[in-house]
Amino acid sequence: MNLRRDVFQAIADPTRRAILLLVASQSMTAGAIAANFDTARPTVSKHLQILAECELLEQEQNGREIYYHLNPEKIKEIADFIEPFREMWDDRFNKLESVMKKYKSKK
Amino acid sequence: MERKTKIKTEDGKQELVITREFDLPLELLFRAYVEPDIVEQWMGTKVLKLESKKHGGWQFETTDSQGNKHRFNGVIHEFIPNRKITRTFEMEDTSFGVQLEFYEFEKLTDDASKLKIHSIFESVAHRDQMLRLPFARGLNMAHNRLQDIVSKLK
Repeated sequence: MNLRRDVFQAIADPTRRAILLLVASQSMTAGAIAANFDTARPTVSKHLQILAECELLEQEQNGREIYYHLNPEKIKEIADFIEPFREMWDDRFNKLESVMKKYKSKK
Repeated sequence: MERKTKIKTEDGKQELVITREFDLPLELLFRAYVEPDIVEQWMGTKVLKLESKKHGGWQFETTDSQGNKHRFNGVIHEFIPNRKITRTFEMEDTSFGVQLEFYEFEKLTDDASKLKIHSIFESVAHRDQMLRLPFARGLNMAHNRLQDIVSKLK
């Protein structure tokens, strides 16, 4: 099963929520983040990857290190419970638009 | 990118307004709401009945990923081609109640049009319940996925 990765999936995991809290106050490297958890380093990397994929975290190259920090725009999206409702309608209307564009070109 | 679909809600009001601009001529946008085979394509529902006229009724049926069937129905109070549809909306066998919906279709240019859906609910609580539905579904999906992962670890 390959579900679309969205912010709600991302925050459903307790480790990922903890990571978000950690980097809320300062940018951190993957190593510094992993040092806060008992879990294996690759597991933490996987969580970071998921958080970055759904744009909750942003990466910034600083010399040889990659720093992770919060993306406030995306965090705002979670705070707004209406956003999924809007997205549902947006998806539906996008579908309508593409169906009707095809319909038009068939005529 | 500007969001094309906008939702307007006010605290303490039992209504919501959805607006969307389409890169479609007004006639095509309106047709998407009238012709059953087109409705089926973009809504992903089966159209059991769609009588697009005053005093007409409608009933749609969707099947979810678990194979459960859900039905929606209502009656049409006002039908003005390319301008307006006034109808009721009800999800059968749920606690969402009946909504009154005003669909207003507007021409922007020859190739662009706008739809405004104004929904009125029985109460503020009914409206908020509907607004939270996709949010709750998102969380449920996330939890189900987590359970899948956890059960594989065992």
